Amino acid sequence: MPQYLLSVHSNECATQKPMSGEDMQAMMAKIFGLEADMKSSGTWVFGGKLHAPDTATVVRPGEGGTLTTDGPFAESKEHLGGFYIIEAPDLDAALKWADRVVDCIGAAIEVRPFAQQPQTSA
Amino acid sequence: MSEALPGLQEAEIGRIFREEFGRSVATLTRVFGDLDVAEDAVQEAFALAVQSWPADGLPQNPGAWITSTARRRAIDRIRREARGRDLVAGIAEDATSLDPELHDGPTVHDDRLRLLFTCCHPALATEAQVALTLRLFGGLSTDEVGRAFLVEEATMAQRLVRAKRKIKAARIPYRVPEGRELEPRLRPVAAVLYLVYNAGAEHPPGGANRAGDLCFEALRLARLLVQLMPDEPEVLGLLALMLLCESRRGARFDESGGLVLLRDQDRGAWDRTSIEEGHALVRTCLRIARPGPYQLQAAIHAVHADAATFERTDWGQIVALYDQLLAVAPTPVVALNRAIAIGEVDGPARALSLVDQLELDGYPALHATRAELLARLGRDEEAQVAFERAAGLASSVAERKHLLGRARELGGA
Repeated sequence: MPQYLLSVHSNECATQKPMSGEDMQAMMAKIFGLEADMKSSGTWVFGGKLHAPDTATVVRPGEGGTLTTDGPFAESKEHLGGFYIIEAPDLDAALKWADRVVDCIGAAIEVRPFAQQPQTSA
Repeated sequence: MSEALPGLQEAEIGRIFREEFGRSVATLTRVFGDLDVAEDAVQEAFALAVQSWPADGLPQNPGAWITSTARRRAIDRIRREARGRDLVAGIAEDATSLDPELHDGPTVHDDRLRLLFTCCHPALATEAQVALTLRLFGGLSTDEVGRAFLVEEATMAQRLVRAKRKIKAARIPYRVPEGRELEPRLRPVAAVLYLVYNAGAEHPPGGANRAGDLCFEALRLARLLVQLMPDEPEVLGLLALMLLCESRRGARFDESGGLVLLRDQDRGAWDRTSIEEGHALVRTCLRIARPGPYQLQAAIHAVHADAATFERTDWGQIVALYDQLLAVAPTPVVALNRAIAIGEVDGPARALSLVDQLELDGYPALHATRAELLARLGRDEEAQVAFERAAGLASSVAERKHLLGRARELGGA
């Protein structure tokens, strides 16, 4: 079964209105519901929210070994904030899950197919 | 069984292929699950037809000949490529027999819709949707598609390759959307066909050589879509809209290729056959009573087509239709056209106040409309500036000629 990356690109400069405790709880409940559905339908492969980009470390090829520096990788306003990896039979099926993710988080996401079929998947 | 046609020309074979291309590609895509295999095989069948038809005569059912020849070619190719062995095993062994289901019947009907919905999938960029639709569904050559949009053949070929690569990599499915999904997915399909029509409508009708004329191709494909989805009122509305626009295309251009406005057109030169067909479709839409943007635009054009003179146009009805259109398609362009209609009912001052509220600074028609309204109010200097601004933004030569002409008239007054 093809796999897709659903990635959330968050804009660190965007001034986000602080959520009320109630709103936060409602959103988390929605996300838990979505993830439970992904798991029970066999869609879920992996997913998670990342720490802020200033926690990133970059390792790049250098002369005589690798060079490790403070991250993030790209000087960009948008950073990967979190992602899901899902299995879906085709793009339309993946887009239906994407609709639900966007409905939960209220932000745009990118849907991209993996180049290789997973080795272990039946 | 063949009808002997010794004088059969390549151009005539080309015309038949254009008609049959989409049907064959659609069927082979279902059978082989691969757009490239289908497209290449149908192209090879065309090369064979160019060799054999002039000598052997036209096959009794040219479409079936193309599909079965292409199918054999595709199987040969897959056999040559080791990776395809399993695929061939799954396909009926007797590749030489002609399965009637392969060419006609409900499956093929669905295949063509599947192909169209794949070409116009919202995950593809609009320019890719247009290119794929004209090439695969419409059967135009890559070169013809490129020329129509003033793009080099190599660039257009690249665009098609990239689009097909995305279809394959992202697994854009080969299916007709159903239920609640259909309406949003039909929108880009209609938009692509209307965009093709409008690209052609920037030029006067071409006369005898109609193949490759984008308006002609858009109408042909819209008719095909009506045949495939006869119960979708927006599909009927789209064809009606195109027909009613097409009825006036000849009258929209003067001898030097400049644009002639609706108010100045020779209404006797409008094509009555297209108008009658458009009107009949609008009436069918009214009976179905599920209005949408294309139907409403067609209805507006139908009111214009009914008017003996510009002055006798039922502007009240047109304003009412624009009110409905604005409710379902609240875009500044619709608001601009509504303002123009209101100007005919309530006068130019009222229309100008509506136009000046719109945020459409980069849109040539906004400045052209402002200019006409200012001229009617006797504010000639402002009108001249607005005409020049519109001409600077205009995309077509005909439009620019007309606008600069208007600016000069006011400058000389």
